[in-house]
Amino acid sequence: MSTTPSILMALAQAMQQRRIEVVDLTQTLTPEFPQISLPPEYGQCWPFRLEEVAQYDARGPSWYWNNFSCGEHTGTHFDAPIHWVSGRHLPFNSVDTIPVEHFVAPAYVIDCVAQTQADPDYLLTVDDVLAFEAAHGRIQARSWLFMRTDWSQRTDPEAYQNFDETGQHTPGPSTEAVRFLIEERDVIGFGSEAIGTDAGQGFHLKPPYPCHYLMHGSGRYGLQCLTNLHLLPPAGAVVLAAPLKIQKGSGSPLRVLALVERT
Amino acid sequence: MSMPMPPPKRKNPALRTRPMHPPPAARSRIGLGLTAAAARGELALQVCQACGAHQYPPRESCCRCPSTHLKWQAQSGLGQLLAITTLSHSNDLFFRERLPWRLGMVALDVGVSVLVHLHEDVDTPNQNVRVLARLDRAGQAVLIAVPTQPSPHWQETSMMREMGCDPKHRKILITDGKSPTGQALARACVSAGAQTVWVGHAEPWKKLPGLDELAALPGVSLIPLDLTNERDVAKVSGGIGGKVDIVINNAEAHRTHGIADRAGTDAARFEMDLNYFGLLRLAQSLGPALKGRAADGPANAVAWVNVLSIYALANFPAHGTYSASKAAAYSLAQCLRAEMRPFGIRVINVFPGPVEDEWFQSLPPPKLNPDVLARAIVKALQEGTEDVYPGDVAQEWLQRWREDPKILEREIAAGDGQ
Repeated sequence: MSTTPSILMALAQAMQQRRIEVVDLTQTLTPEFPQISLPPEYGQCWPFRLEEVAQYDARGPSWYWNNFSCGEHTGTHFDAPIHWVSGRHLPFNSVDTIPVEHFVAPAYVIDCVAQTQADPDYLLTVDDVLAFEAAHGRIQARSWLFMRTDWSQRTDPEAYQNFDETGQHTPGPSTEAVRFLIEERDVIGFGSEAIGTDAGQGFHLKPPYPCHYLMHGSGRYGLQCLTNLHLLPPAGAVVLAAPLKIQKGSGSPLRVLALVERT
Repeated sequence: MSMPMPPPKRKNPALRTRPMHPPPAARSRIGLGLTAAAARGELALQVCQACGAHQYPPRESCCRCPSTHLKWQAQSGLGQLLAITTLSHSNDLFFRERLPWRLGMVALDVGVSVLVHLHEDVDTPNQNVRVLARLDRAGQAVLIAVPTQPSPHWQETSMMREMGCDPKHRKILITDGKSPTGQALARACVSAGAQTVWVGHAEPWKKLPGLDELAALPGVSLIPLDLTNERDVAKVSGGIGGKVDIVINNAEAHRTHGIADRAGTDAARFEMDLNYFGLLRLAQSLGPALKGRAADGPANAVAWVNVLSIYALANFPAHGTYSASKAAAYSLAQCLRAEMRPFGIRVINVFPGPVEDEWFQSLPPPKLNPDVLARAIVKALQEGTEDVYPGDVAQEWLQRWREDPKILEREIAAGDGQ
């Protein structure tokens, strides 16, 4: 027998020794965390709600538990291709049929904090991606691209949603950047700290909501309401993002974890 | 002449908050006819349909002829004071704590004499008076003689405050300040002299006009409150539960669907979650605090107002799921009333017709102006009525519903619902 540990055992050892750390990229599910808001005549995504079933009382003397309710797109959540009309006929397009190996993938983190602080409607450009690659290397195929904006640090729901009378003002990718990431870099998906993968004003882009339309139309995924992206290196993290196995589910809240190597 | 009530002094926290002992509540089945009319704000007496004689006290058969055909009819209440008595002793806990208490005998113009509570401005024998039927703290009808020309502050005497739920100097929670009705209610409560008005607002990130102006009114403060969120409700109850004297639950979800014109249950569930379960959550959370403060001095906890809809009585199919949620809320509001009454808290149910707001946009007029609705609610609080049907549409529906609910149902189905 070889004395060299297997890759997995080496990984486990490295994690025990804290050479590889686990970073939680997930927002806590609370009733106060805002949900995506559509015009009121449309169907709405449920906010997270918690109702107590028992708390060591007459309803259950020795135990505490709750019922919760939420939408598939509440809190930190995963978007499957079936979520958008452009991905409706693709094979393996719902959370229960997506190949599970897609739920573990490398992630690149582009720092757009300065741009977003200057302009909450900031759109990630192709040049941003090229500049990132010049500094950190080419984005490898089948990786996540995360847009770091520190938007998750807006803990006040009003600031997080950032609505005015023209709608929501949150950052996202430009149409050209989305096309580039799909066609030139073959990313597995796009991740955002804001409430959607598309910018708050994404409805006014061409096509409307380009990240949803093009990513899901080509079988890619979305992650939104991510947090702690500032704890990730620009390149080299591996992300575990497995949605709940909901039959024909369009997405689901999930726990997103990143493995980060400390050098 | 009655003087304006001064702002009550702050409570002495060393003293016990006494529980409420409502006045005697027993009434005969026939006697409840007086209560039913008083709940709508009317004085009604039985009138013999054979000989025309008015009856008092309520009875099975005419006091003058053998007829049993007696019908409750609204009365003006005008009459003349015959006698005054001042009660200095009572074994009843309610009156014992409020002595001395003035009673009188009034000869009504319609020919019967009635025993009444006396307003402090009624003090001269043979004085012309108007007799009102009001609900007392037990929720039962009592008769009160007031001057025919009341002075401006006649509702502010201690006896009148016991009979009503006047917003003056009281602290009020309005559960939704984003709707036109909620904003009108806040303004109306401030105008009526409320000391504090907390105005709830859900989903603070959704910018709707009017909230900032509301917060600038004296005594008004905004408070995050979403009745679909159990923890939010618990937070508000924990924060202000010991201070709220009047709850006005106007938060509602309203979509404009029947069964066939929209797939799925999400919109209907939202209506039910807010309109029915929202009331349940708030009542479970805030109800106990109100019950405990029903005798807490001159600015005590007194009332719980539910803004329902006339469509709670009969389903309006164009707003079918909304009607169903309001019917559910109405039923629960009756439960709340039954549970609150023994503690001296009045539950007021308001049944407006279509209101001039976003979700009734597609209905033609007449529609109820939110300011008119708000004034009707303040008036109901001042007068202590239990059931309020403000506006022409509500009045007409009520009348048709009382005549025959089945006929009304068929007429609505045939498109004659407005």
